[in-house]
Amino acid sequence: MSNLIIRKIKNNIFKYLVFTFAVLLAVPLLLILFYIVKEGISSLNWGFIFNLPKPVGETGGGIANAIIGTFELIFIASLIAIPFGIALGIYLTEFQKKKFTYYVRLGVDVLQGTPSIVIGMIAYLWIVKQMGSFSALSGGAALSIMMLPLIITSTEETLKLLPFSLKESAYALGVPYYAAIIRVVLPAAMNGIVTGIMLGVARIAGETAPLLFTAFGSPFMNLDVMKPISSLPHVIFTYATSPYKEWHSLAWGASLILILLILILNISAKMLAKRWKVKF
Amino acid sequence: MTDSGLELTIGSKPYSVGAVNSRVRIELKRIKKFRLFDWLFKKSLGFSSILFVMIIIGIFLTLLIQSIPSIKEFGLSYYTHSTWNPVEREFGSLPFLVGTVITSFLALIITIPFSLSISLFLGEYFRKGAPSTFLRNAVEILGGIPSVIYGFWGLFFLVPIMRSLEVSLGLPSLGIGIFTTSILLFIMIIPYSASIGREVISMVPNHLKEAAYSLGATKYEVIRSIVLPYARSGIFAGILLALGRALGETMAVTMVIGNRNALPTSIFSPANTMASVIANEFTEATGDVYVSSLIQIGLLLFVVTTIINIAGKKIIKQFGKTQ
Repeated sequence: MSNLIIRKIKNNIFKYLVFTFAVLLAVPLLLILFYIVKEGISSLNWGFIFNLPKPVGETGGGIANAIIGTFELIFIASLIAIPFGIALGIYLTEFQKKKFTYYVRLGVDVLQGTPSIVIGMIAYLWIVKQMGSFSALSGGAALSIMMLPLIITSTEETLKLLPFSLKESAYALGVPYYAAIIRVVLPAAMNGIVTGIMLGVARIAGETAPLLFTAFGSPFMNLDVMKPISSLPHVIFTYATSPYKEWHSLAWGASLILILLILILNISAKMLAKRWKVKF
Repeated sequence: MTDSGLELTIGSKPYSVGAVNSRVRIELKRIKKFRLFDWLFKKSLGFSSILFVMIIIGIFLTLLIQSIPSIKEFGLSYYTHSTWNPVEREFGSLPFLVGTVITSFLALIITIPFSLSISLFLGEYFRKGAPSTFLRNAVEILGGIPSVIYGFWGLFFLVPIMRSLEVSLGLPSLGIGIFTTSILLFIMIIPYSASIGREVISMVPNHLKEAAYSLGATKYEVIRSIVLPYARSGIFAGILLALGRALGETMAVTMVIGNRNALPTSIFSPANTMASVIANEFTEATGDVYVSSLIQIGLLLFVVTTIINIAGKKIIKQFGKTQ
């Protein structure tokens, strides 16, 4: 009888240990979010969003150039990664039996694990060094490489869920192969692909390491893709590691905006996935 | 009868043979066009797949070729030499290797109880319901927070706490250093190991667990002797993937590790990791050998994370097949 009691006690101890550790995880999360909101909300105002940075000592500096820069970098990265990633996703589902598919899939795995700093180095060696200057284009290219694996896997996984009868019925109507894929299969898989794209954007929106050697950062408003460009994560990095108090509060504000951007992207990706789930 | 002498009735309309012929010609043209487009479509899919694989191979080759000057100059002593002095053109990467290994493994050790608990919580205790939704979302949000924000928070929240901890321990009160970095890293890598752990634990077949319950086993005994042994390889793979993340983590580490290019003397001393030294010095590096030494670190980082990542993925695939 006492044996049973000991076993029950052990069971309960283990249970509460698991619960404690699991709930403890929420502590750092709440601390981080609380800290960012607390520090960031005080520096949020219209001037902060619409003004350009000012030298240390002057008040009223903003991060307009970084916000625009982040969107520009995301735009360049998407322009490269979305068509390329979707094409590769189609390749992986359509040519599953080809030997080369194995290498493509291996490449996706490799890219997924590659540290972002290494991708930054590569973009520097391939683009910045050849063009002779830091540029928004090289930053966007580095980010597009980071974004690719997510788009490829989400496209592939969604396409695999579609029934073969979908393609067959298109063939039966005399639709050629390319049109069956582009006009029948892809639209049916659109929600999964768009979800993947949004998750990809959410991932690269906060990436800093690949931008250090590529987009580089700039205190000016810049729309030229051939010139260095500022971005939210980069601004956070430079301001956070500076010794000035005003710059720290600017960095908190930028962190808040960045976190909100990423949260909105993640949540809407999830809602999209739930709402437009095509069932067959 | 029409001029050509023949007439076809398709549907209810009469067609002359000439009209049918021209119609067939148009159809043939359309089919030819379709074939061309099909060919182009398949070729462009094939082309993008080749381009993709070439990019991956290109990354490896570029890193390898660019590190040849430093490989030639230092050989293996590059990995055993502990002085990194760009001014004297002395490049030994041992401090960074040690710094990376210590921070990552320390973070991993702290992560294991947490990620295991979360996996069990979500995969075994609460599969559905409010607590599970809350925790799952918390893990997801943690995974979405950018590295630079972790670093910023670490710099202003963790570092002061660490400083007072070091003061109470009678150590030099820097706040930054290996231990602070490991704490930050452990929070950052929880999502990776926890999400995979949850998946494999919830894949443990019910009949095995039910058999144990029917013999009178408690939940703890079921977890210890059924769930964990069964999911062992998958949990290990999750930890491996988390390790790959920790090794390559750059921004947060750069901000709180202290950036000191010497062998660390204790777990509280400032150091540098492979990723953080690249982030700090790559744009300022002058001279072929200096740049090439940094690229060699990148090469090592790339090779190690690739091996770890592929091993982890292989194990998970194997686990999935046994189902």
